[in-house]
Amino acid sequence: MNAKQTWTALWTIIVREVRRFMRIWPQTLLPPSITMTMYFIIFGNLIGSRVGEMEGVPYMSYIVPGLIMMSVITNSYSNVASSFFSNKFQRSVEELIVSPMPNWVIMMGFVIGGVARGLGVGIIVTAVSLFFTHLDVQHPLLTIAVVIMTAVLFSIGGFINSLLANKFDDISIVPIFVLTPLTYLGGVFYSISMLPEFWQHVSLINPILYMVNTFRYGILGISDINVTLAFAAIAAFIIVFYCFGLWLLKRGKGLRS
Amino acid sequence: MVEPALSIQNLSKVYGNNFHALKGIDLEVPQGDFFALLGPNGAGKSTTLGIVCSLVNKTSGKVTIHGVDIDQDFSKAKYYLGVVPQEFNFNQFEKVEDIVLTQAGYYGMSMRDAKPRAKQLLEDLGLWDKRNSTARMLSGGMKRRLMIARALIHRPRLLILDEPTAGVDIELRRSMWEYMRRINEDEGTTIILTTHYLEEAESLCRNIAIINQGEIIQNTTMRDLLTQLDTETFLLDLAAPIEQMPLVEGFELAQIDAAQLAISIVKGQKLNDVFSQLSAQGVQVVSMRNRANRLEELFVSLVEKSSGSAPKAAGGIRS
Ligand SMILES: Nc1ncnc2c1ncn2[C@@H]1O[C@H](COP(=O)(O)OP(=O)(O)OP(=O)(O)O)[C@@H](O)[C@H]1O
Ligand SMILES: [Mg+2]
Repeated sequence: MNAKQTWTALWTIIVREVRRFMRIWPQTLLPPSITMTMYFIIFGNLIGSRVGEMEGVPYMSYIVPGLIMMSVITNSYSNVASSFFSNKFQRSVEELIVSPMPNWVIMMGFVIGGVARGLGVGIIVTAVSLFFTHLDVQHPLLTIAVVIMTAVLFSIGGFINSLLANKFDDISIVPIFVLTPLTYLGGVFYSISMLPEFWQHVSLINPILYMVNTFRYGILGISDINVTLAFAAIAAFIIVFYCFGLWLLKRGKGLRS
Repeated sequence: MVEPALSIQNLSKVYGNNFHALKGIDLEVPQGDFFALLGPNGAGKSTTLGIVCSLVNKTSGKVTIHGVDIDQDFSKAKYYLGVVPQEFNFNQFEKVEDIVLTQAGYYGMSMRDAKPRAKQLLEDLGLWDKRNSTARMLSGGMKRRLMIARALIHRPRLLILDEPTAGVDIELRRSMWEYMRRINEDEGTTIILTTHYLEEAESLCRNIAIINQGEIIQNTTMRDLLTQLDTETFLLDLAAPIEQMPLVEGFELAQIDAAQLAISIVKGQKLNDVFSQLSAQGVQVVSMRNRANRLEELFVSLVEKSSGSAPKAAGGIRS
């Protein structure tokens, strides 16, 4: 394929992916908005008023960045996982396989679709949060960079998950047993400095901690961890996941018998 | 030298469960051909075609499409190919026109090029009225035609049709034959067809291969194959029931029921002999037809011979 054809093919997948999650918005865009509103009301307003300040900022302001990040993570992941898996399930993935598109275009198309959903939901949640707090973004570029990189990473993760999955259950295992616990323990609701020293060290091996904290640093200017290190770690994860995903796709894992 | 549209050399496939689905087959389909790949259920037809269009990984062997080795440049080879698989493989929730246009996009076609082409194809295949329906609302026959439109959108040189007329009614099947003939003759598209309607293969295809248990057991022209048929069986409908079997010398005769006879004609024998003998005994024949279509008779005997099995008992199903 020449560059123009490649671009057309990539664009076709992106448009199809975006159309998909827009068409089924009550399943894709609405639930995270409702859940996050609950978090804002219950944790932020009701409980937060008792908690007072965390790391020198009101509790509501402290949890907003974490909750936005949590929505971005789960939505980019599950968008790609369920969209690609349902393509596998309905066999329409064969439309992609018989076409001359290179593998990286297929993967990139779905990943960008996942990023679009992740960021879309992120923007909705941010908009909702503005009813409860006031966001004064300290480092806008850094904030945008880390949220995009996180969305990319988890979209690739969702893609890999759907390649390895054989049944619908297989794509909900990771979000339930891995993503949710790691996000809750990744400093969305608390600063790890509150933990005993041992658990602080344990927390440092949780990759989501770095993303949440870098994002919070971008917005509030406070962080538990070294931001440069966080960026390097996220970038490294993206590269490793990307290569692994492409390798699986090349082998036809879960696609070709 | 003109490259063959498809060339397969020593192709084998062992599935993950150690099942040997293809045992080193060779095939060559010249450009412009209308080629039938026939075989009983489970013979390996879809496996072969799946390897050609990359839905199945081959175990060993070589496949070239218009001279392009799929191991060297599969992307280039895929441009030549249009595929209509045996099973429905589109997203049931997408709209008919979107399915075709999206496929065009995957081939890098611009919308300016793809839109009129999609309209033409959907009109030709009688689906234009349904362009805004979601695919799951189409009937089975319409879904097959949707897959044909989708396969043709990027103007492939080689069209692979894996049982395209399964579940299509007679009238529509005939109009699909016309359509396939047209794209084969007018546009020079090479077509490879698998089907279980042997009449279809007989009327459409010039060359034929028969595959059984992962091996090619015949690969020749349709005409040559049909001349191999040395016995034909005809059914004769009689004007009135008969009490006693008439005697027709030199022919094998069987009574189906009181007013129907079956007669086997070996190559070289004349039907006139049958009729004159029957007339002499006062038996009137009002109509006559082949018991099975000619290709069908041949097919059954070839497959049985290669499987080494006795003709199957009525009602029995091969495993
Ligand atoms: N994914 C798979 N794993 C294991 N065995 C398979 C797989 N796909 C097909 N087979 C086996 O390979 C053999 C050939 O199957 P194939 O689908 O190529 O047959 P076919 O000639 O297309 O038959 P049909 O006329 O029924 O469509 C069959 O015995 C089938 O059970
Ligand atoms: Mg088949």
